[in-house]
Amino acid sequence: MSKYKFQGYRRENGTIGCRNHVAIIPVDDISNAAVEGVASLISGTLPLSHPYGRLQFGADLELFFKTMIGTGMNPNIAGVVVIGIEPNWANKIAEGIAKTGKAVEAFSIERFGDLKTIEKASWAAKALVQKASEMKREEVDLSEIIFSTKCGESDTTSGLAANPTVGKLFEKAIAAGSTVLFGETTELTGGENIVADRMKTPEAREKFLKIFKDYADFVDAQGADLLGSQPTEGNIRGGLTTIEEKALGNIQKIGKAKVDGVLYPAEMPKGKGLYFMDTSSAAAEAVTLFAAGGSIAHLFPTGQGNIIGNPVIPVIKLSGNPLTCSTMSEHIDLSVEKVLTLEQTLDQAGDALMEVLLKTLSGRLTNAEVLRHREFVLTKLYRSA
Amino acid sequence: MKPQFLVHDKKDDVGVAVVDIKAGEKAAGSCLEDGSKITIEAKDAIPLGHKIALKAFKKDENVTKYGVIIGHATKAIVQGAHVHVHNVKSNRW
Repeated sequence: MSKYKFQGYRRENGTIGCRNHVAIIPVDDISNAAVEGVASLISGTLPLSHPYGRLQFGADLELFFKTMIGTGMNPNIAGVVVIGIEPNWANKIAEGIAKTGKAVEAFSIERFGDLKTIEKASWAAKALVQKASEMKREEVDLSEIIFSTKCGESDTTSGLAANPTVGKLFEKAIAAGSTVLFGETTELTGGENIVADRMKTPEAREKFLKIFKDYADFVDAQGADLLGSQPTEGNIRGGLTTIEEKALGNIQKIGKAKVDGVLYPAEMPKGKGLYFMDTSSAAAEAVTLFAAGGSIAHLFPTGQGNIIGNPVIPVIKLSGNPLTCSTMSEHIDLSVEKVLTLEQTLDQAGDALMEVLLKTLSGRLTNAEVLRHREFVLTKLYRSA
Repeated sequence: MKPQFLVHDKKDDVGVAVVDIKAGEKAAGSCLEDGSKITIEAKDAIPLGHKIALKAFKKDENVTKYGVIIGHATKAIVQGAHVHVHNVKSNRW
């Protein structure tokens, strides 16, 4: 037990959520219309529309199922309605989610059409929303949850203030027994050896370096380099010159912590501590994968002002850039600009962020939630058959 | 006095402007590692978040930040100059 407490929802399998959504999950692109139909009829439902789920194959299909099932399993979700064009894949996703013990119902559109499906699924969603509304928050410990970090539209202030603030919080949370995730494989370029040296075991080190090399080889195989994409135009505007400089700033997010293990995309950690997950560096893709891996809240440091949110997990934004904090204040949950002027230490900034995190976990809505930022973006490994 | 630029590590040869620095200004910097102070005359305007050269670089010389090499100079850079994509490139791609 730690000194960090908040009010959370304890789920059937003992995991802790900080939100109480009833998710309406489409199996495929053509079921989005029915999903949106249910969501517009039934108050308190969360539609998770997406453009994929047809004719994917191999590792890409596997990642698709892992992401959809992992999302439904997320402890921030109280109950789920799955809608697909045909019953087999809808049932496969529903059965995967049902292993958590939460209520899940699956529907398919063929032989019924959208309208009858929407009617049946809406009855189910109505019952799930009313059941979820009876659930009460209770006092829980930060050591019982998984949360994540990934930065975006970074600049040099990220490396000076916002990222090391997350690093301080991570050090405190890991010491308190929490499980925390970081990723962004290509954005570690130039700092990959520093991350490799943080691995607690030779197995984790080897797995990390293989994942890193595979990603670099994949980029090479496209006959392209990432100049012009990494750093991004926003990064360059903010003063970041090279990928190495960006990576070294990025790594500040894990502080001085050692890494307990390495996860594939959307994989759930089996132990406690700090885990690296192989993810894209695109914000919405990475946060969607972390949420599928069990993260219930996300810390998002930004320099120039990436405004991303996620439908399932609250995304908390912090920035040390005074221009961003003043011109985009509706997006920034915590300003750490005083770190730049040496009026606030990183330790104080870390404590301030912890306060925001605990409040958010207890139910306070983040700026991204209030502004309806619900970017649910699946990672697709290659084109469909 | 509040610093105008910060330096991550003693080994670094660039600093990061934390306010807009004007060309010709004698800018005050602070090193985060040991709190030591340094003053550099800015040769160019250095916008907030952008880097200032703490020393002169020869063409192809490596640039260090966070105590680690972050790229190389693509041309000679004078002390106090603005250091960015116009005169520094990644060693990776």
